[in-house]
Amino acid sequence: MWKGSLGLIALTSLLASGAAVAQEKIKVGVTATLEGTYTVLGEDGIRGFQTALNTYGKKVGDKEIEFVIASTDATPDSAVRAVRKLIEQDKVQILLSPLSGDEGIAVKNFAKTHPELTFINAASGAQETTYVDPAPNFFRYNMDGAQWQVGLGKYAYETKGYKKIATIGEDYSFVYTQVFGLVLDFCGAGGQVTNRQWVPLGTKDFASVIAALPDDVDAIYLGLGGADAVNFLNQYQQAGGKAHLMGGSILVDQTILSAKGSAKNALIGTIAASGQADTWEDPGWQKFVKAYQDSFPPEKRFPSPSLLATNYYGSTMALILGLRQVNGDLSNNQSKLKETLAKLELDAPNGKIKLDSNRQAIGTNFVTEVVDDGKGALFSKVVKVIPNVNQTLGYDQAVFAKIGLPSRTVPECKKY
Amino acid sequence: MGASARRPLGSGVAGVTRFIERHPAWALLAILAVAFLLWLIFAIWPPGLEEAFGRKKVFLNAVFNGITLGGLYFLVASGFTLIFGLMRNVNLAHGSLYLFGGYVGYVISTWTGSWILSFIVAFIAVALVGVVLQIAVFRRMEGQELRQTMVTIGLSIVFADLMLSAFGGDFYQIQTPRWLIGPLELPLATAVKSSGEPVYLQYPIVRLVIFAASVVIGVAMWLALNRTRIGMIIRAGVDDRDILAATGVRVQLVFVLVFALGAGLAGIAGVVGGTFQSISYGEDTRFLLASLVVVIVGGMGSIPGAALGALIIGLAEQLGSVYIPTYAIAVTFLIMVLVLALRPQGLLAR
Repeated sequence: MWKGSLGLIALTSLLASGAAVAQEKIKVGVTATLEGTYTVLGEDGIRGFQTALNTYGKKVGDKEIEFVIASTDATPDSAVRAVRKLIEQDKVQILLSPLSGDEGIAVKNFAKTHPELTFINAASGAQETTYVDPAPNFFRYNMDGAQWQVGLGKYAYETKGYKKIATIGEDYSFVYTQVFGLVLDFCGAGGQVTNRQWVPLGTKDFASVIAALPDDVDAIYLGLGGADAVNFLNQYQQAGGKAHLMGGSILVDQTILSAKGSAKNALIGTIAASGQADTWEDPGWQKFVKAYQDSFPPEKRFPSPSLLATNYYGSTMALILGLRQVNGDLSNNQSKLKETLAKLELDAPNGKIKLDSNRQAIGTNFVTEVVDDGKGALFSKVVKVIPNVNQTLGYDQAVFAKIGLPSRTVPECKKY
Repeated sequence: MGASARRPLGSGVAGVTRFIERHPAWALLAILAVAFLLWLIFAIWPPGLEEAFGRKKVFLNAVFNGITLGGLYFLVASGFTLIFGLMRNVNLAHGSLYLFGGYVGYVISTWTGSWILSFIVAFIAVALVGVVLQIAVFRRMEGQELRQTMVTIGLSIVFADLMLSAFGGDFYQIQTPRWLIGPLELPLATAVKSSGEPVYLQYPIVRLVIFAASVVIGVAMWLALNRTRIGMIIRAGVDDRDILAATGVRVQLVFVLVFALGAGLAGIAGVVGGTFQSISYGEDTRFLLASLVVVIVGGMGSIPGAALGALIIGLAEQLGSVYIPTYAIAVTFLIMVLVLALRPQGLLAR
């Protein structure tokens, strides 16, 4: 399937290059997780990217942007391999990469070895990527995993009345960051997180993990995505699980909500938080949803774009708008483009986005609840919209630094 | 995978008695270990043990999951080891047969809505692929083990890419039939409520059914091998192929039959794997690796060995994922290394 779409892209860029022989080209490399656990996420990311191309076009002045797509599997080494291949073999000048958390940290570190090039993060959301020792040529127009959880803990505690929860998540940086955001918010409101379980990315058999879930909690938070989430929900249903669920940003997302089978029905009523909400009434969001739906036939897309599609759309949009502002000028180690990108303010579908001094997005966050639309399709409904969420989550820089970096056990469950 | 299938071919109770006579100390230890395990499973745990070891429910679930996962591994590995035992042919495309079976099962179950039918069709389709492989590939290079190994590696790569182009990188899940969704209460108490009422273990029905099915298949295979004429021919072939051929048995036909059976079992395993896990690109190598580990631990060419190896690996994976999650992946390989160091021919090899 993805090979087909890849082939199509390759073909169209080939045709385009044939028509525009005399023109100068700007080469951009894109990576997405088109293999492994996060395949479905990568595919929808690419759909978001193509929607942005349909909306904004591939022209910058009289120059054509040419894209080369490479596949990764969510592991850091696969991302670095793909990026290196794009730079060394395909000679790309700008990168739109990567999708997943650990990949982001690796690509950011790799970016330092190519200070002359520009890296725009496609969708990855680990905190460390832009918070610890950021690369001056790495720009991230999406929020990180912790920012995407802002508001969820408080809503769970105050409105839903969950006092004690346990978490289960994939054992890598993005989910550490998500749990970090959740714990700060939930424990800050007065809640208790009794147990944090971590499973390897790509776990198939969750049965023992499900059995080990504590019984004496009000809700269970799932920091899972892609195939892991589908496997978990399937086996959770087979085991007859009935606890209240709370979800991370890529759990309550069309990648899971429109999965085949009935396992996803366990998610109805689940509260979650993310950088988007399917049913948000903002005209900019609705326009984007329409553009996404119009770009692909219904069987080749989700009913509504996933968080990955939105992120890829936003970063592609930043890239094209940035290039247009400098009129495609990449001279002098792309310094003009980098200056422009750092100052760029995006009117993205999921709210206004601007960058902080680490080139990390400050944006809008959404607390959501999963609802059935009456015809068996599931959507995330907006419960609360929180604008201007920054990377320190509203904490003072010094206080935030004391909390520590997201990990299996950080932060402690207390008020900071 | 029942107790009966675990006995070495043709021996049985006599072997156990002989073992006790020869190594009384080891036998005593083994009996004590089994008794302790049974106590762990059936008794209500005292509070001290729960504190040190976690809740009984978690332990019991991990043990059951290990056994059911072992059932799946046995289905894949038994075909692998059967083919090896008879033809001395390491079929490294066995994982591809598993994955192909899973995809066939998915297509059939979404098309007809019948879970049972998907097993039958997957068995037949994959067995046919096995027949073609045997006639078109292995018969041409009989006795040339290195060549066969290289060719099967090549074939597995070709198959993987063909399936990738047909099905993509998506994850497919075969829908569990409605009557198998949900848990069953087992008569094993995990705790006692303050009112004195015992809490019983809840366990997914689908996994029990799948485990029962693999026991049935294991026992049927053992019976077929030990109680039928064709089984006798196969066992004779394992011992000495040339003499068997010299007695007038059409060995090539037996080979085709065994290859078809081994491949078909991998196909069934694919449907099972697609039902309680999921199938996708990359699963072929995962299951090839699992069957290699299982038969190395159990002993190449031995069906009871495959059952024992599958049980050990399944238990190690599941108990590991609960009690030492960070190192769970290493445990299986540690077991393999230990077996290779202490008993390189495998635990139940003859």
